[in-house]
Amino acid sequence: MSSIVERFRNGLWRDNPGLVQLLGLCPLLAVTSTFINGLGLGIATLCVLVVSNGLVSATRRWIRTEIRIPIYVLIIASLVTCAELIFKAWFPALDRSLGIFIPLIVTNCAIVARAEIYASRNPVGSSIIDGLVMGTGFALLLMALGAFRQLVSMVWLLALLPPGAFFSLALAIAAKNAIDGKRRAKRHDALQRPSRVTNR
Amino acid sequence: MNNSSVMKSGLTLAIIAGVCTALVAFTFKLTDDRIAANQQAWLEQSLQPALGDVSFNSGITESRLTIPAPNALPGSGDATIYRVYSDSAPAAALFVVSARDGYSGAIRLLIGVDVNGAVTGVHVLEHRETPGLGDLVETGKSEWSLQFRGRSLGDPVAAGWAIRRDGGEFDQLTGASVTPRAIVKAIRETLEYFAANSAGIYSVDEVSP
Repeated sequence: MSSIVERFRNGLWRDNPGLVQLLGLCPLLAVTSTFINGLGLGIATLCVLVVSNGLVSATRRWIRTEIRIPIYVLIIASLVTCAELIFKAWFPALDRSLGIFIPLIVTNCAIVARAEIYASRNPVGSSIIDGLVMGTGFALLLMALGAFRQLVSMVWLLALLPPGAFFSLALAIAAKNAIDGKRRAKRHDALQRPSRVTNR
Repeated sequence: MNNSSVMKSGLTLAIIAGVCTALVAFTFKLTDDRIAANQQAWLEQSLQPALGDVSFNSGITESRLTIPAPNALPGSGDATIYRVYSDSAPAAALFVVSARDGYSGAIRLLIGVDVNGAVTGVHVLEHRETPGLGDLVETGKSEWSLQFRGRSLGDPVAAGWAIRRDGGEFDQLTGASVTPRAIVKAIRETLEYFAANSAGIYSVDEVSP
């Protein structure tokens, strides 16, 4: 098991569910019109992901492979229903503005993907950390997009509309690739220089 | 896969389904009262805007009337009516009803009707319609719900109380005609109920179911 820091770097950056795996794009594009919406859906998704990873991992020894998908669906759907009830009870205003996207967390492929790829093969503690890391990566992206679109919409209304969501996500992915590219080039330089010296 | 492994799989599924149901039931019990209180608060907050420019001087929530099911109002359950007065003369009535034939589940509506049977405002309280299409019936999302203001059973006449696609006079929403159709129908039924019971609504005892 890699160190916690390394895993956070993976979830937040290298394997970010939204930016790299491009999972859960439907809610991501639809609700990020404001920072608060992004925060709300991000936290809800994070909680569901952590608990579902924990439960899937805890029950992984009793679950036969042929019925694992219906069981994941059962677990995730119940957790999302609970999350929806909790939102309705304690955050009614946020619930109204997110509307159907809270129940639609069920369809976020990022959650079932983590259950299948990670939680079904790893111990409980490690799976919970995986949920935390991946969920945080997704939530941070939602918040960043929400904040970006809300700010840009002050000068350019298009940012709030559906095309704005696609443009913003595209910009975010492009920015990530550019940063990665620069870093790789730097590392490449650092490796190249000593060899150049010896060749001379 | 032999018989015993099928049994085992079935049993595992049943147990997990049971545990999940218990979890949801427990959360439901825990949040039940708060959710009801929140819904009531949201409803009361929406009452004033649905009254439009009707002048009144009674408390909006003071005179509440519950019409037990079954009744002629849209929706399957009990319907609630808030009555508003101006110097103790009836000014308007707010109907809380639900349109059952939406695209996805019931649409809870607040419909304001003045003493003359004209709509003062329509507010969608709760729905599960498609985001970006059907949800444009929400007051904050588009102007759609404003077109009913001032309309009554005679304006337009019965055949006109439908969306344009069905030969009526009301706008539909592009890509979503089911939601507007359901709401127009619910408003028409509410107005018809009001026309049949307008005298009774303001005197509790005489309201017919």
